[in-house]
Amino acid sequence: MSEQISGAQSLVQSLEAAGVTDVFGIPGGAILPLYDPLMDSARIRHILVRHEQGAGHAAEGYAAASGRVGVCMATSGPGATNLVTPLADANMDSVPMVAITGQVPSGAIGTDAFQEADIRGITMPITKHSFLVTNPDDIPRAIAEAFHIASTGRPGPVLVDVSKDALQAPTTFTWPVQMDLPGYHPVTKPHSKQVREAARLILSSRQPVLYVGGGVIRAGASAPLRRLAELTGIPVVTTLMARGAFPDSHPQHLGMPGMHGTVAAVGALQKADLLITLGARFDDRVTGRLSTFAPNAAIIHADIDPAEIGKNRAADVPIVGDLAETLPELIAAIEAELAAGAVGDYESWWATLNRMRETYPLGYETFDDGSLAPQYVIQRLGLISGPESIFAAGVGQHQMWAAQFIGYEHPNTWLNSGGLGTMGYAVPAAMGAKVARPEATVWAVDGDGCFQMTNQELATCSINDIPIKVALINNGNLGMVRQWQTLFYNERYSNTNLESFRIPDFVKLADAYGAYGLRCESPEQVDAVIEKAMAIDDAPVVIDFVVHKDAMVWPMVAAGTSNDDIMVAREMAPDWSGEDD
Amino acid sequence: MSRHTLSVLVEDKPGVLARVASLFSRRGFNIESLAVGPTELPEISRMTIVVDVEGLVLEQITKQLNKLINVIKIVVLEPASTVQREILLVKVKSDMETRSHILETVQLFRAKVVDVSSESVTIEATGNAEKIQALLKLLEPFGIKELVKSGMVAVTRGPKSIGDRALRSLDRPA
Repeated sequence: MSEQISGAQSLVQSLEAAGVTDVFGIPGGAILPLYDPLMDSARIRHILVRHEQGAGHAAEGYAAASGRVGVCMATSGPGATNLVTPLADANMDSVPMVAITGQVPSGAIGTDAFQEADIRGITMPITKHSFLVTNPDDIPRAIAEAFHIASTGRPGPVLVDVSKDALQAPTTFTWPVQMDLPGYHPVTKPHSKQVREAARLILSSRQPVLYVGGGVIRAGASAPLRRLAELTGIPVVTTLMARGAFPDSHPQHLGMPGMHGTVAAVGALQKADLLITLGARFDDRVTGRLSTFAPNAAIIHADIDPAEIGKNRAADVPIVGDLAETLPELIAAIEAELAAGAVGDYESWWATLNRMRETYPLGYETFDDGSLAPQYVIQRLGLISGPESIFAAGVGQHQMWAAQFIGYEHPNTWLNSGGLGTMGYAVPAAMGAKVARPEATVWAVDGDGCFQMTNQELATCSINDIPIKVALINNGNLGMVRQWQTLFYNERYSNTNLESFRIPDFVKLADAYGAYGLRCESPEQVDAVIEKAMAIDDAPVVIDFVVHKDAMVWPMVAAGTSNDDIMVAREMAPDWSGEDD
Repeated sequence: MSRHTLSVLVEDKPGVLARVASLFSRRGFNIESLAVGPTELPEISRMTIVVDVEGLVLEQITKQLNKLINVIKIVVLEPASTVQREILLVKVKSDMETRSHILETVQLFRAKVVDVSSESVTIEATGNAEKIQALLKLLEPFGIKELVKSGMVAVTRGPKSIGDRALRSLDRPA
């Protein structure tokens, strides 16, 4: 007979048993019983954030940087609803995360009690799964199942809502627990017949592309991806979620496809006769108008989530499985085909692609008035800080430039809110990443709009010795929205001017938060200020890069149009003539 | 578009119906009929869902349903090898003059009169969608005061049970 403990103690022991070492959260009435024994845990470090949204994104950044399950905690009602955005974000980007929320006592559930919100009901459509625990004896199993579900199959967020009386009531703790998930059996082993079919198709194609999505990173399959690419010599594109899955320095890498992708990457997809789709989901930001996307391509679609296959684009060869198992099997199947005399011939394909790549490299406009081009700042940041650093971006122009102009060499070094597009992700995500990987240099590349949504977490970073660095790309505006107003709303700038050149003073703000504040306004200062920030390791640093407000993200495929109509600059389309075979 | 009947075995846990309903609503799938009830196993409920969609959407519906952790198994039932039934309770206006006509219709459809008053007859009928439809068409001229349907339930013909494999795995957890 195990000794009697409280539900709250059982929960802390369950988290410890699940391997949790770091939790981001804020206490409140309903979850108070849990915070009491948490104080005594020798294994779990709880980081007190300033807003629950910060806790959620920190857990996401923690998970995205390390591959481990991120954990956040909040009390009932508003504490829990503040986690809604990070949960939706994690659900879109398949981030393994467990959120623990307090709930009002079970007898009060349904009575509109103080700080009551049906958080399980609210989050049903934006979590992989959710639990409401009202019996303390169910706590260890719920926690074990939550971590199992969050981290296996297609990863995602799981919410565990625990009523206050369940935390207070006596119970016993046993571990390991028998999980009871009769409906949860993710398929990890690919069907070998489909894999062989894929291998044949790959070697018989003449214009194939490896269309690599974030699933490769979540699966930890970068090494076999590289082997596959080098074995076959096939060009690679990495989506926004997959930056870092394949080294940017690799000669077979054509860059990022999509709305702000390189001409070579977008063009390769459009002209391909075969897409080898790995952990990607044919998102509208990649395909442009779906009916005109990669019109001549056969589709191999390998994904752990069967529902992604055939959702947006029909697959000729569907492969359901874990990419960490699928890719080695595919490599073996291709080697067998090669041994049997098959030959992949992509020479003329590469000639076409190299012409595109040479004719339309990524570039940007500079300004004659001596003001800073944001792309230059971000490019220098990538070069000076280097590919061992972790970069977390907000959402908007700076995010796209950070995806385009920083060279990524390793998986889990580029963190961003790809699917949901959550402004405010960068600072807390960088904080979470720095907690998970304290030895790494972690940059938040943020915009002045995004930064003002979650910058309160700088206080958390200063107090808890989490020295992140923030490169604030301050154009005084909601830049991406302004870009759309420039292009599609006759330059009528409705409510996009934040005036953040004046208010707030970001250097003073950093100072107020116990961080170093630096400012940079001209190209000559850029390297020195980045190097100065690199030398600081005892507190967070914020660099206010005051940049030109009219810089735009190019290339661009306007929303709802075809990838064929990609523009390399304003009113400038690439010349495709001579490229059609 | 065509009509498909799905049998969905789910864990009998709080919130499961909400998860299924929320999934249909979020993904824009339209439900024609939905019936939920217990099965031969106390921990398992069975939902019978009728949808009117094309094949690709049906595939998405089953795949998305399968992603719900509490969903154990989904079978798209083939109409030819399935018995489908729904129950109808319909209150029809009637007086001395029309009652015998109504009773005649009831007999023709092997339906039952379950309540009679001076102004109405309440009829219970069981059958597949076509039979219920046909009965209602004939009753309509008399004046329908109220009607309620149970939603379709369905079971495959022959000795096999759709739960055989899925439910066996319950006894021997992996």
